[in-house]
Amino acid sequence: MKKAIRSAFIKSLPVLAGYLVLGFGFGILLQKAGYSIIWAFFMSLTMYAGAMQYVAVSLLSGGVSLITAAITTFMVNARHLFYGISMIEPYRGAGKYKPYLMFAMTDETYSLVCSGKGPEGVNFHQYAFFLALFNHCYWIAGCVLGATVGTLVSFNSAGVEFSMTALFITVFVEQWKTTKNHIPAIIGVLATLVCLLIFGADSFLIPSMIMIGLLLCLAKRQIEGKGDN
Amino acid sequence: MNGTIPVWHSIAIIAVIAVVTAALRMLPFVIFGGKRTTPKIVLYLGHVLPFAIMGMLVVYCLKDVSVVEYPFGLPELIAGVVVALLHLWKRNTLISIVSGTLLYMMLVQFVFV
Repeated sequence: MKKAIRSAFIKSLPVLAGYLVLGFGFGILLQKAGYSIIWAFFMSLTMYAGAMQYVAVSLLSGGVSLITAAITTFMVNARHLFYGISMIEPYRGAGKYKPYLMFAMTDETYSLVCSGKGPEGVNFHQYAFFLALFNHCYWIAGCVLGATVGTLVSFNSAGVEFSMTALFITVFVEQWKTTKNHIPAIIGVLATLVCLLIFGADSFLIPSMIMIGLLLCLAKRQIEGKGDN
Repeated sequence: MNGTIPVWHSIAIIAVIAVVTAALRMLPFVIFGGKRTTPKIVLYLGHVLPFAIMGMLVVYCLKDVSVVEYPFGLPELIAGVVVALLHLWKRNTLISIVSGTLLYMMLVQFVFV
């Protein structure tokens, strides 16, 4: 088990940085909206969703209805359905680790668990569990830290939400470098842009996901022909 | 907590978000986890979707940026390009995110005012 913990910790280090910064940005934004450190703690504990937590700050500020909150969450986080799909095989037989593994499936945890098979001689499910756990702890730490600093220091934090954009661009570039087959990535960007133009910023996520799903299935032969994925 | 909605409303919103998020994460395992083999198309999508979805997420982050109104998306463009190039060069997540974010903050606070 020690080996699983250590290798998970090492693997999680890139996310440590990203989550501390991202969580910090969230904490600052949340505090600006009038919510204390306690809120930052419980939100990061129970929701554990980077992008969604940023959106949550606007939902809370706007005092939206519960229906609006539910639909917005569905649209922003529907991609987690797809993460789950690709983890069905890897997580099969994970036993007691499975509930938390399923719960803690964030973008970053997903990309870490996906990159590589996991270290030699280590129980993969245990390793993935600790990876997810470390990431969750970094996230909570970042959020609480941001909320704390926001409470103690006043500075102009305009633009701090760009940290989320920066994170996704970074992951996108990382993914691009790991494969020669760029068709899926390009489909993702173009289909979303088209849907954004057609449906507008408030309603384009679901059409985008449908279009992406369709295009990926249609282009299956080309994509599989190129290998790598 | 002045000027915010009542506590119960905040808690309710957070609860809804948490439950929907957890449900979305668990659903695939509930539907496909029991059967012995996952359908091939589902496995294929599982392989390629991450790449497409990350592309979608980048666009999602920029969804409210207007290219026809000042500052025409320039802070996002400049900071975004810097993040990408910096990451291609150094492959260091921390440097890429922090530098890009700080640059963007400086641009919107001091340059494009």
